[in-house]
Amino acid sequence: MSKIKRIRKSDGVIVPEDVQDQLLLTTVSDDELNALMLEPMKRTGPLFWGTLAVLTAVFFWGLYAWGYQIRWGFGVAGINRPVYWGMYISTFVFWVGISHAGTMISAVLRIFKADWRRPITRGAEAMTAFALMMAGMYPMIHVGRLWKVIWMFPYPNNRHLWPNFQSPLMWDMLAITTYLVGSSLYLYLALIPDLGMARDNSTGWRYKLYRAMALGWRGTEAGWHKLEKALGIFAIVIIPIFLSVHSIVSWDFAVTTQPRWNSTILPIFFIIGAVFSGLSALATILVLVRWGMKLDFYLRKEHLDNVGKLIFVAGISWIYVWFAGLIVEWYSNMPITVELLHDEWYGDLAPLFITMMVLNIIPIFFLAFRKVRRSPLFLLILTLMVNVGMYIERFLIVAGNLMRNYMPFNWGDYKPTWVTISIVAMTFAGFILFYMIFTRVIPYVPVWEVKQGRLRFSTRQVGRVEVVTITQVD
Amino acid sequence: MATAKKNSLNTPENEGGGHGGETTAETRWGLSIDLDKCTGCQACVVACHAENNVPVVGEEETAYGRSAHWLRIERYWEGEYPNVKAKFMPVMCQQCTDAPCEAVCPVYATYHSDEGLNGQIYNRCIGTRFCGSACPYKTRMYNWFDPIYPEPLAEQLNPDVTVRSRGIMEKCTFCVQRIRRTQEDAKAEGRDVQDGEIAPACVQSCPTDAFTFGNLNDSESAVSQEARSSRAFRLLDNLGTGPAVIYLKGGETRV
Repeated sequence: MSKIKRIRKSDGVIVPEDVQDQLLLTTVSDDELNALMLEPMKRTGPLFWGTLAVLTAVFFWGLYAWGYQIRWGFGVAGINRPVYWGMYISTFVFWVGISHAGTMISAVLRIFKADWRRPITRGAEAMTAFALMMAGMYPMIHVGRLWKVIWMFPYPNNRHLWPNFQSPLMWDMLAITTYLVGSSLYLYLALIPDLGMARDNSTGWRYKLYRAMALGWRGTEAGWHKLEKALGIFAIVIIPIFLSVHSIVSWDFAVTTQPRWNSTILPIFFIIGAVFSGLSALATILVLVRWGMKLDFYLRKEHLDNVGKLIFVAGISWIYVWFAGLIVEWYSNMPITVELLHDEWYGDLAPLFITMMVLNIIPIFFLAFRKVRRSPLFLLILTLMVNVGMYIERFLIVAGNLMRNYMPFNWGDYKPTWVTISIVAMTFAGFILFYMIFTRVIPYVPVWEVKQGRLRFSTRQVGRVEVVTITQVD
Repeated sequence: MATAKKNSLNTPENEGGGHGGETTAETRWGLSIDLDKCTGCQACVVACHAENNVPVVGEEETAYGRSAHWLRIERYWEGEYPNVKAKFMPVMCQQCTDAPCEAVCPVYATYHSDEGLNGQIYNRCIGTRFCGSACPYKTRMYNWFDPIYPEPLAEQLNPDVTVRSRGIMEKCTFCVQRIRRTQEDAKAEGRDVQDGEIAPACVQSCPTDAFTFGNLNDSESAVSQEARSSRAFRLLDNLGTGPAVIYLKGGETRV
C-alpha cells in the first residue's frame, strides 16, 4: 500500500478530496489496481475458516430441522390457527427486502450516472442474488406437502390442471423467479470483464475457473460495446421488476380480509421498508468485507458516507409511510384494527414493537451526521440495529397481526419452536456462507468500472494549472 | 351484525360483492341455525367428528389453537360475575358466495361448485395455508400432524370420507357425501330430492332442532323461509363474502 499516492495539490492538479475518494483517482497503475483486488482474495486466515465452519454447521443443522419438519408435519413449527403464517413468512419478506438494495444501488445509480457507485455495485448485486436464493427457499419450506410443490408451476399435464393465476402466491413465485434470473444475469454480465482480468492474472484452479467463466472475453471494441448496451438495457428493465416484487409480496397480505393487512398503503410501505433494510444490510456487509479483506483502498469512507445518506433518506421515508398508514388505521376506529394497535402499544406485542421503533428510528437520527456515516464502526452498529428492527417489523406485520381477527373466539398466540428457529438460522448462515465464499472466489470490486471511472476524468492544462475535466463514457 | 338485506338473503342478485361467485343455478345449499334454540350441548360437534373422520388432537394442542373441529361452538361470556350470561354460536365453514379463500389458493385446491358449495380438494392441496390466513371466519383447519385415531375411534371411520394426511387444509363440506348419496338415491327412484331429506351430521344430531338444511334457491324450502325471517343475519356480512349459513337470533337467550 505504500506505493499508493494520492494526487495532491502540489502535483499541480486541483481535485477535491471527496471526488478523489469516490472515483479512486490515484496514481496507481492499472496493474496495481488488479493486484489490489486479486491479492486480498487469496488471503484467508483462521478466522475466515473458523467462521465458515460454524456457518456450515448451522446450515446443516437447519437442513436437519427441515427434514424433521417434512417427516413429522408442520405441527413441529409452532404455528397454529389463527397464526397460520409465522416466522417463515416474516423471514421470507425480510430476505426479499434485503434483495432490493442491490438493484437500487446498481441499476438506479447506473442510470443516473452516479460515479461513486462503481466500487460497491458488485457487492450489492451479489447481496441481491444470495438474498433472493434464501427467500426462494421459503415457499418450499413453508408448504405442508413439499413433495407436491411442483403443482405451483404451470407445466402442461394430461389432466389439464393449471395453477391459479388469481393467487398472489403465484405472482410471488413468478416475480421472484424473474427477479432472481434478471439480477443474476445482471450480476454476471458486469462480471465478465473482471473475470477476464482475473484469468489473465492467476494460475492453477483459479485460472481454469476464470477461463471458463469469462466466456472468452478479450476486451475487444465490439465486446465492450455489446456489454455496455446489455447493461444499459438490464439496468432499465430491472427497475420495474424491483418495484413490482415487493408490491407483490405485500399483496400476499393486502388482498385478504385480515384487519391491518387489507390496506392500499402496504405495497409502498413494503418497498420503502425493503430499500431501508436492504441498504442497511449493504452497509453492514460493506463494512465487514472492507475489514475482513482489508479493501480500504477500494471501499473508502466516502462510499460508506454515501450509502449512509441513502439509508437516512430511506429511513425518514419509512417513518413517513408508517405514520401515513397509522393515522388512517387510528382514525378509522375499526374495533379489531384498534385492538391490534393497542396490542402493539401496551399489549403482548409491546416489547417487540417498542424495540422495533427504537432500533429503526435511533439510527436514522445518528446517520444525519457526517462523522457517524464516515465511521465504519458506528455505521456497522447502526445498520445492524436497523436490520434487527426491520426483521421485527416484518414479524409484527405477519405473525403479530394474525393473532387477532374478526372473531374474538379465534384469537391466538404464537410461539416459535426450535425447528422454526433452526430453519430461519439456516438461511441466515447460508447467506453469509455463500457471500463469504463469493468474496474469495469472485473479484468483489468491479475493477473495470473503477478504471472506466478514472478514464472519465482527465486533467487539462489551463494557463498555469491543471484542472479536472469530465468526459462522457457510459 | 344485523343486515339491511335480511329479508332477501336468498336472492342471487343480492349475493356477495359481485366478483362472479353469484349462482343462478337451481340449487344453492344453505344452512340456517336458530341461536335462540341452541343450548351449546356440542352434540353437533361430536356428530361432525364422527361423520367426517375429524381427528381428535388432545387438550394441549387444542389449547394452542390446533383443534380440528370443522364445526365449533363459539362461547362468549357477557356481563360480570354473578350476572354472567353465556352465548353460544355454532360456526362452521360459511360456504361463501364470494369466498376469500378461493381466489388465493395457488393450485385451485379450493373451488366453487355449481351448487354453491366451497369445495376443498384434499389431494390437490399443497398446504400453503393461504386460505387459512384469508378466511375471516377462521373455519379452515390444518393437519398439523398425521391424524391419530385412538382405539376404538379407528374402528368407526366413515368409508365415505377421505382420511386426510398431514400438511393439508380441511373444512366443513356441508357433509357433501350425504348430499351426493341422497341425490343418487332420489335419481335411482326417479324423483327429485325433497326438502328436508338431506341432513348433514350436525342437522341430524341437534336435540333442539336448531339447524335447518336445504336449498336456498327454492323459495318454498324451510331454509329459505328461515332466511327471510326478520331474525335472520349472516356472520360478518359487511365483508361481502355472501355466506350460505344464516343465523337466526331474536331476543335475549338466557342459559
